[in-house]
Parts: sequence; structure tokens; C-alpha cells
Amino acid sequence: MEQYSEKVMDHFTNPRNVGTIENPDGIGRVGNPICGDVMELQIKVKDNVIVDAKFRTFGCGAAIATSSMATELVIGKSIDEATKITNKVVAEALDGLPPIKMHCSNLAEEALEAAIKDYREKQKS
Amino acid sequence: MKNIYLDHAATCPTDPEVVNAMLPYFTENYGNPSSIYSISRTTRNAIEDAREILAKAIGASSGEIVFTSGGSESDNFAIKGVAHALREKGRHIITSQIEHHAVLYTCKFLEKNGYDVSYLPVDSAGIVKMDELEKAIRRDTILITIMHANNEIGSIQPVREIAEIAKKHKIAFHTDAVQTFGHIPVNVNELNVDLLSISGHKFHGPKGVGALYIRKGTKITPLIHGGDQERRRRASTENVPGIVGLGQAVEIAPGIMSDEMKRQAQLRDTFIGKILNTIPDSRLNGHATQRLPNNINISFKGIEGESILLNLDMFGIAASTGSACSSSSLEPSHVLLAIGLDHELAHGSVRFSLGKHTTLEELDRVAEILPGIIKKLRAMSPLYNQ
Ligand code: FES
Repeated sequence: MEQYSEKVMDHFTNPRNVGTIENPDGIGRVGNPICGDVMELQIKVKDNVIVDAKFRTFGCGAAIATSSMATELVIGKSIDEATKITNKVVAEALDGLPPIKMHCSNLAEEALEAAIKDYREKQKS
Repeated sequence: MKNIYLDHAATCPTDPEVVNAMLPYFTENYGNPSSIYSISRTTRNAIEDAREILAKAIGASSGEIVFTSGGSESDNFAIKGVAHALREKGRHIITSQIEHHAVLYTCKFLEKNGYDVSYLPVDSAGIVKMDELEKAIRRDTILITIMHANNEIGSIQPVREIAEIAKKHKIAFHTDAVQTFGHIPVNVNELNVDLLSISGHKFHGPKGVGALYIRKGTKITPLIHGGDQERRRRASTENVPGIVGLGQAVEIAPGIMSDEMKRQAQLRDTFIGKILNTIPDSRLNGHATQRLPNNINISFKGIEGESILLNLDMFGIAASTGSACSSSSLEPSHVLLAIGLDHELAHGSVRFSLGKHTTLEELDRVAEILPGIIKKLRAMSPLYNQ
């Protein structure tokens, strides 16, 4: 097993914002085609700002840590700012990931994208 | 915190007696066994003593043992060596879907080089389907290679019955006994095999040394060319300390084997019972009884194996997993897929493999810690609703 950074281990052992939100404004659920893992991200939005985010992830240490970090990065950001959070941003915030684990951070980016898309669609209707 | 090591199927600590036996062969007894002067006689004799010990332990004669660099080389040597030697006779090989990669990838390599390979399926307990074996045999079949017991799920294969069929059709038969030698009885005549692979570090010998048993009369081409060592079947200056260590480990193993088999099987079954009782949606992988005494493999629904291992590691517990996330190919274990597990259950598998130093207290502690870990990860999983 490759070595994880201290930050990854911290977010893996004490993941922030685990769970679900009552009446979420947006839900993103995505799968990782590479190894078959799944992440679900729920967001609460007020005045175009993400005020809460919660996740559930079925995946490796890196997947759980990036999920946790993504929720931290996203809370307090406007929807537009949140769309700029890519998997690289999340990975960097964790002091990097082993190369073979980079694909795990895609889960976080895609789940966020999906949650925002879901939110925007709900706004329209 | 005391570490709890439950990954003996991966490797075992080298016995101190083994290390002591090896030490003089690094320093005082350094002579090249192939040389003519007298200091080389000591090393030459040491190799032959080890060969004798191993031969006796498996019911072979000394001339039928070739020392190698380990289990993978032994498997490669057996399969490529027979395939090459018999290439004019036929180009078909039969193996199983649950072999170690040292066998599987060697077969894949041969497939790319003009050979045909049949991969026999196994039943849900991981035992090779015997009726499929008969059906797979062709006129050009030159080799059957099926492991003695599986490294991931511990299922012990009906090697004797396979050998009978192989003999009937005059096909060479190789078995990978890396997981069994030193743990359960291995006798080449009882098993009736032509070739058998052994690895030193799986039974408290040193790493980097193994052996291949080659029944007298078996046609085989060397893998490594260059010198006359090992009766011209394997060139390279012998790993004298390693071979001496292997011999020493072979001397120790049989003396404790029957007691250890009973003790470990009991520990195994107690632990399995506890886990299956206390953790919902968990299942045992592999056969309930036709199983290595030291192998436990359990799948936990809805969670991923690497996460389980990282959590166990925080308590100093070492185990392994068949999860896609912890393999370099990002593919789940081929063994777990072959016994019919879906990707999710293969993901959530953990193997605990016991050794002679494993105690009931250690396993009790793991059984105490594990439910909490599983619960915590399941609470985090979108695929598990408690
Ligand atoms: S989520 Fe499977 S490797 Fe990270």
C-alpha cells in the first residue's frame, strides 16, 4: 500500500460532514468506473451560497479523505466558486495523493458537479 | 500497543534458529560451491544436506529437488520449462481460474507465444470443478497446473484426484504448494504429482529461496542458463545461506505441524463464528472445512477493503484484502470473482492468515475491534442502509 499524507490520514480517520441532509437542495451520486467506488454528496444552498454539505462514500482511504475535504472546501462558497473546485484542488488541499490514487479524487469533483447540476435543475422547475 | 500480525500467507517472520543456521554461510563459509578447493566443500555439503532434508520431508529423492529464488520462479520454471520441453508433443495447458499470478500470468505469457490454455472454473467454495477437467483434456494437452491450496480463500484442491486423471492421460501435473508446504502434509507420492513448487518464507524460512520438485523422468527445459549448478537445471551461484535456511525451516516445520494444524483450525473456526455472529451481512469466502487451517477470508457488505485495512492498521493489526482499490491493477481479486462474488462483495473482503505465534487473545482482540470499524465505515457508505 502506498503511503498517504498526514492530511489524508486525518480526513480518513476523522472524516468531516459524513451523512445526509434533510431536504437537500442538490444531490450528486457518482460511481468511479475505474475501481467501482461510489460517492454521494448532498448540499444545502441559501442565497446562492452552499451552507451545508454532507457525503457518503464507498471507497478506499483516498476516496473517503477527498470526499471529506471536498465538503470542507465547498461549505461557504457560492455556487459559481464551487464549480471551480476540481479534483486537483481537492488533492492539493490534502498535500497530494499517491499517483495510483489520483483517480479517486475524481469522485469528489464529479459528485460536486452532479450536486450543483441537480440544484440548478431544481431551481428551474 | 502490541502489533497483531495476521498476514502469514503473505510472509512469515524468519525463525531465529533459521537465521542462526544461515549466518556462518555469509562469513566463514563463503566458498563458491562450484569451486574445487576445500573451503568450498563445506558450502557444497551444506547445500546437499538441505536438499536431503527437503527431499525426505516430501517423499522425494535428492536428485529431484532444484533450489530456486522462490515460489514465483518455481512456478515459472515448472510451466515454461515443461511447455518448452514438450512443445513438439502439444501446446495445450490446463490450469484453474484461481491460481496465483505466478501461474496465471505465466500461462497468459505462453498464450501469447503459441500455446492454448484452458482455465477451469471453480464452485462457490473455490474448489476446481472436476467434471470440467475431464472435458478440457485434449490430445495435445501437455501440462496440468493446479494449486494445492488457494492463497486468498484457503480452499484445498482435490490434487490427488486431479493427478489420477493426469496420469490416466499421461499428462505432466504441476502443483503450486507454496501455501501448503509446512502447514499441511505434502508428500509428492501421496499427491502423485510430477512437479511441486515451494517457497521458503511461507513457513518461517528466509525470503528469496524456494524449490521445485521435479519427478525423475519429467521433461523440462531450464529457465536460467549459464552454469552447471543444480545438475544443469538452474544456472547461478547458489544462494547458500538461503538454501541452508530453507533446510533448517524444513527441519522445524513437521515437528509442530500436526499440533499447529489442530490449534490453528480451532482458532480459525472460533474467530469465524464470532465475526459472522456479531457482524451482520458478513460472509465467509471459501470452503468451510476443506480449507487451510490458517486461512480466514470474510466479506463485509457495503464497504471497501482498503478502508478496513487502514482502520485495522491504526490498532496495529495487519491483514490483507482482495479489494480493487488496493491492487495495482485496480481490479478486484480474480479469485473472489471466480467463486461468484460481485464486485461490491469482493471489494469488502479481508483475509486474516494465522501463524504459529498467533494466539487466541490476539484474535479475540481483533474480533472486539472489527465490529466497530465495520459499523463506522458502513455509516459512511451510500451502499449500505443500516
Ligand atoms: S476509490 Fe477505489 S482506489 Fe480509491
